[in-house]
Amino acid sequence: MVDTRQVQVRDGDVVLLVGTMKGAFLLRSTPARSRWEMGGPHFPGQAVYALAYDARDGRRRLLAGTGSEHWGATLSTSDDFGRSWTTPETSTLRFPEDTGAALKRIWQILPGRADEPQMIYAGAEPAALFESRDAGASWNLVRGLHDHPHRPRWMPGGGGLCLHTIIPDAAKRDRLFVAISTGGVYRTDDGGASWQARNAGVRADFMPDKHPDFGQCVHKLVQHPARPERLFLQNHGGLYRSDDGGDSWQDIARGVPSDFGFAMAIHPHDPDTVFIVPLESDMFRCTAEGRLRVYRTRDAGGSWEALTRGLPQTSAYETVLRDAMAADASNPAGIHFGTRSGQVWSSANGGASWALAASGLPPVVCVKAFVVGEPGRARGGGAAPARRAAKPGPARTRTRAAARRKSGARRRAATRPRTVARPRASARPRSGARAKKK
Amino acid sequence: MRFRIPGPLRPLTGERAEVTVPSAPATVREALEALWSVHPGVRDRIVNEQGQVRPHVNIFVGVENIRWTGGLSTPVADGNEISIIPAVSGG
Repeated sequence: MVDTRQVQVRDGDVVLLVGTMKGAFLLRSTPARSRWEMGGPHFPGQAVYALAYDARDGRRRLLAGTGSEHWGATLSTSDDFGRSWTTPETSTLRFPEDTGAALKRIWQILPGRADEPQMIYAGAEPAALFESRDAGASWNLVRGLHDHPHRPRWMPGGGGLCLHTIIPDAAKRDRLFVAISTGGVYRTDDGGASWQARNAGVRADFMPDKHPDFGQCVHKLVQHPARPERLFLQNHGGLYRSDDGGDSWQDIARGVPSDFGFAMAIHPHDPDTVFIVPLESDMFRCTAEGRLRVYRTRDAGGSWEALTRGLPQTSAYETVLRDAMAADASNPAGIHFGTRSGQVWSSANGGASWALAASGLPPVVCVKAFVVGEPGRARGGGAAPARRAAKPGPARTRTRAAARRKSGARRRAATRPRTVARPRASARPRSGARAKKK
Repeated sequence: MRFRIPGPLRPLTGERAEVTVPSAPATVREALEALWSVHPGVRDRIVNEQGQVRPHVNIFVGVENIRWTGGLSTPVADGNEISIIPAVSGG
């Protein structure tokens, strides 16, 4: 039996959700973010590529896209920070029969805009966008994208053919961006009915035509809500900025050791500040020169500086994957990332210095960060924070939280009959079966 | 028709390791349909949304893996035991 350690999460805590190849971990800290307490593993043995926190509409819900090699991919939720998880017996996130497709993995879960509290998006493998209009109870395939004539020509990259990043535009209600490996960036301006490839200027080194309309291997895309016409893109070879909502892209890879990398995060309070972790090359996807360096631009890609204080600068051949870096919106902002070697690094001062928050974990594939008690959502690389103006004040949050605590037991009981709670009871037989695995 | 249920799926069968379905199916497909009419939660774990057996799930009729005997169309007879066993895979 796998023992899952639980941590007590309190109002004001900063929480990191860490998805790994063999389970999910939850790290909590006081606002100082100097010491982290870790809970987990949740879903031991399962790859957890997608994690999210939904704090809208009075919820405090964790969502996890988990994948068992044997039993398939499922979406689970927890309203008590992982003490119990609810998984529908019959998967709600599934490809319709007529598509002939089968869900392989959930790559991204993104609670929608703050003022659309029932809307949640999910990115899947094979590459597809799903949306829920009832806070995750039911899901629909976004047909406009699935029926796109380009789709049969999208190709799987090393990680599979995945839709890994979703950005509901902060200004235009009907605009949404998605990024697909390999397919590139697609944008809708009519709420998902039709989609256009938006890759002009983005390289595809692995194609005979280096600048095709689509087929680029985009690794991460970020947008800041204060400047929505601007986007930053970490490509499979190439680092770009768009100032026109993705219509065109300019190379901004000056002063970085490599323009290859996966992860990218935008500063929660400054639309000109972006963080990346460059890797040597496509052929050697590790930090260059054995030095673990985060690169930061504070002038929207005009220049980059290496952030190294506290990070190992010898024999550190690390890989930070596309969804494994996130910012928390405290002040000063926190920046956090996980490595394939199972380390989680954290900076409580916008990247000026770093400390190890956890190590010895399975390979990290996903990191999300949020402050408990502040409406918002877990901020991954592609998940830009909600606009400050749109946030209800803290007083309202506390009132809602208090009300929820009172009714918590009753609400949980009411949800159970429809679903299978699989925390402790199910952990026992599951772990027995896994003992056979290496 | 009797099924042997692996540990990880027992939360979906009321913790039962063995489930007997009171019907006389002709094929593994019909037998499985009878199983998930009683325990619907196991369906999505064993097959994907297109009805295909997941690649790392093995189904045996007696000691024969249905992969080599006709897949879901493998005939079954009264008294057969069907075992659902996760493959040895992983890293």
